[in-house]
Amino acid sequence: MTTREIAGKTVEVNEEGFMTDPSQWDKEIAVELAKEEGIPELTPAHWKIIEFCRQSAAKTGAAPTLRNITIGAGVSTKELFALFPKGPAKKVARISGLGKPEGCV
Amino acid sequence: MTEENRKIAFICSKGTLDMAYPALVMGWAALGNGIDVTIFFTFWGLDIINKARVDHLELAPVANTSMKMSMMGVNTGNLGIPNIMGILPGMTAFATKLMKDKMAKLDVPPVREYLQMLVDGGAKLYACKMTVDMMGLKKDDFVDGVLDIVTAGDFIDMTEGAQIIFI
Repeated sequence: MTTREIAGKTVEVNEEGFMTDPSQWDKEIAVELAKEEGIPELTPAHWKIIEFCRQSAAKTGAAPTLRNITIGAGVSTKELFALFPKGPAKKVARISGLGKPEGCV
Repeated sequence: MTEENRKIAFICSKGTLDMAYPALVMGWAALGNGIDVTIFFTFWGLDIINKARVDHLELAPVANTSMKMSMMGVNTGNLGIPNIMGILPGMTAFATKLMKDKMAKLDVPPVREYLQMLVDGGAKLYACKMTVDMMGLKKDDFVDGVLDIVTAGDFIDMTEGAQIIFI
């Protein structure tokens, strides 16, 4: 477990760069993490998904799977992959300040 | 991120319900992690993408040593389903329903929906030409998202650098 600075705040991250304490997350951090993941700007469509992930994780204690997201946030699979290209499972979770999704679907 | 994207290719050669899922589950996980996915359906595996068969994939208890009585909710430990019972009419349908119910409980989508998810996520699906010819099938017989009917040589060409998993 190490700490790093994102958007001027010091947060705890694991060896894969996922934040380990969701309460340290805020929207400015999300914007910076998104840039690191190759997403230059977070649009309302991105935020809708991020908000859903935050709420879902607050309830279940784990980042939602892609299928949880498509059903829960009401986005299509195509849209999800277009918004977070090349690996939405990890990208969405990391930008949302959560750990890797637990679950296979 | 590496410059060259990691690639995985699955060869699906079996058409039973239990053998349809491995490529779907692993392929979906791969797409979620940004890995290119190609799936080649050959021999009985063509059932998985056959419009007329995809919703009717089955699981037979005969000669299946891993299927135990306890899966039916009877507390019988390691006692298997006797083959003699497996040959009774309706046993295959029963085992199939049992598996489908268990998958549904875990929120695992049915095969047709799962395939569509993979296609929407960018997986490339192909049917094996030799088997298609042998079984007298056409591209129209396959679900949407199957890109083409290709030869084994084409498959080898298009999966250069990929990790290949045979199921």
